[in-house]
Amino acid sequence: MTAANSSSPLDLLRTMTLIREAELRLAQLFADGEVPGFIHLSVGQEGVAAGVCAALSSTDTLASNHRGHGHALAKGLDLERFFLEIMGKAEGMCQGRGGSMHVADAAVGMLGANGIVGAGLPIAVGSALAHQVRKSGAIATVFFGDGALAEGVMHESFNLASIWRLPVLFVCENNGWSEFSPTSKQLAADPCALALSHRIAARSVDGNDVLAVHEMALVLVDEIREGGGPRFLECRTTRVRGHFEGDPQKYREAADAARSEDDPIGRLERRLTADGVPAPDIEAATREAKRRVDAAVRRARSGTAPAFDAALRDVYAPSEAAP
Amino acid sequence: MSEVRFGQAINRALADAMAADENIVIFGEDVAAPGGPFGVTRGLLDRFGAERVRDTPISEAAIVGAAVGAAMSGLKPIVEIMFMDFVTLSMDALVNQAAKARFMFGGQYALPMVVRLPHGGGINAGPQHSQCLEAWLTHVPGLKVACPATVSDAYALTRAAIADPDPVILVENKSLYAVKGALPEPLPSVAIGTADIARPGRDATIVTYGAMRGMALAAADMLAKDGVETEVIDLRSLQPWDESAVLASLARTHRLVIAHEAVEAFGVGAEIAARMADVGFDELDGPIVRVGAPFMPVPFAKELEARYRPDAARIVEGVRRTLA
Repeated sequence: MTAANSSSPLDLLRTMTLIREAELRLAQLFADGEVPGFIHLSVGQEGVAAGVCAALSSTDTLASNHRGHGHALAKGLDLERFFLEIMGKAEGMCQGRGGSMHVADAAVGMLGANGIVGAGLPIAVGSALAHQVRKSGAIATVFFGDGALAEGVMHESFNLASIWRLPVLFVCENNGWSEFSPTSKQLAADPCALALSHRIAARSVDGNDVLAVHEMALVLVDEIREGGGPRFLECRTTRVRGHFEGDPQKYREAADAARSEDDPIGRLERRLTADGVPAPDIEAATREAKRRVDAAVRRARSGTAPAFDAALRDVYAPSEAAP
Repeated sequence: MSEVRFGQAINRALADAMAADENIVIFGEDVAAPGGPFGVTRGLLDRFGAERVRDTPISEAAIVGAAVGAAMSGLKPIVEIMFMDFVTLSMDALVNQAAKARFMFGGQYALPMVVRLPHGGGINAGPQHSQCLEAWLTHVPGLKVACPATVSDAYALTRAAIADPDPVILVENKSLYAVKGALPEPLPSVAIGTADIARPGRDATIVTYGAMRGMALAAADMLAKDGVETEVIDLRSLQPWDESAVLASLARTHRLVIAHEAVEAFGVGAEIAARMADVGFDELDGPIVRVGAPFMPVPFAKELEARYRPDAARIVEGVRRTLA
């Protein structure tokens, strides 16, 4: 399913519940040893991915970070191939070579999750350059955390995007944590001020209010498409779980993570109820997400192990592809 | 056939490629209006316009990072890092992004991008503007590395790098930019990964690349006066490198010297020596000798740098050692 070009509150709810159910299932699969390596979940941050990606079209490109499951699914990644990849199967979208931190799908403009903090920023800037030079009408978007604002390449990327007026939307998911350390002790600057100092118009929204995120993203995407140059959107949100699954979070008060009134899904559900949306329509979102996740996991379990020789042959493009 | 400078041959290759493919763009520090710090991109802005030929801020991480994103989104970017020494600031984009994108995304993305890196000393530019760091890049699966030595190869390898679907690093020795040579007509083409026999010989093989090709040929002339005929193999491409050409030469001469301007320890020569000690073991009649820079930063003062850089006399010494 894709949320691109659609923005009804129920659609946003469906995207958020799909991300939530997929990630909670990944947490279980990880605990059970069915997902190798390590995974970073975006539970509590689904409103950002859903709200922003619903403002994009399928030809817009998206660079993501290590906490990228939500961005990928909201951009329209195939759910079965998503699980196949993260479970390390040959049929995964990256043939089992990337895993959780590298989910990507060229078909929907998803340039990849990324294991290096801040690395997606210049990649999105370059993608926006391609859109500008090719006059494709598309824009590039990049999701990064508040932690990435401490990387030097942030400045280089903001500066280049600004002087070339590139069509790129910088989305900072400010969850207050730079891995195991509070951002209040890590970052001297206000996120929006960093963008503004590069002459990039910046807005800040409650990232746990998906409708507010979506509304603002629509405005900014329009401004970018009209040639206004880059825009910056700070989404203040909550990292409910640890930096990675299994993180004991001894550095953090339990109350900080567990404020259920902040949950973007619960908030939208209450809003829809207040607006008179029938309860069965609201409940159907989670039920349908669970059903789809169940089916995808069943399919992923039947995936095959990747062949080593095929991987070894694919470090470079096949020589016959060379012009 | 025309006589042009090495840098002009690269310029011609860039222009010919850009004229043939509008998805090719060039960006880097001072490459547009100023025409490049060494004049290699001169005239391209006027000919192809400000959309496709761009001066960037001094942002090596973003230059290469943006090349990655541009290559993933339909362009064929050619970027220049003013001195190879500054590639330290681009290493994440090169090593973690460009080199791995094709592989780790399961072949969904090709990265047709070229990174031009001027390397080498000889102009008293000091420790941070003179290094030959190509061995770092040859060590990273997913990158290709080429290093032309002649005017003809400068043209041909630049065209080959641009046409390649994978990220290619073009290492250009600064001391060669002004050197004149023949640019043949029809224009030359060379496949990345193929070596050139710069001089045939029967007594010993010198494997080299880049500016050291000239030193190796000078060494061969000196040795010839004593009746020693050395074969000079110019690798032209370091990753992939032409193992079969080196092995075939070794099978003719049975003595091997590897010469490069880069620091000898852990350099490109170490890999070649190790491979030949393995697959060429039965052909060897003497020790494999490496000639490279000493294990120290490139020094500034004329007397220091002159002694630091390997020259023809040191290559001659190396050949005599393996013949002894």
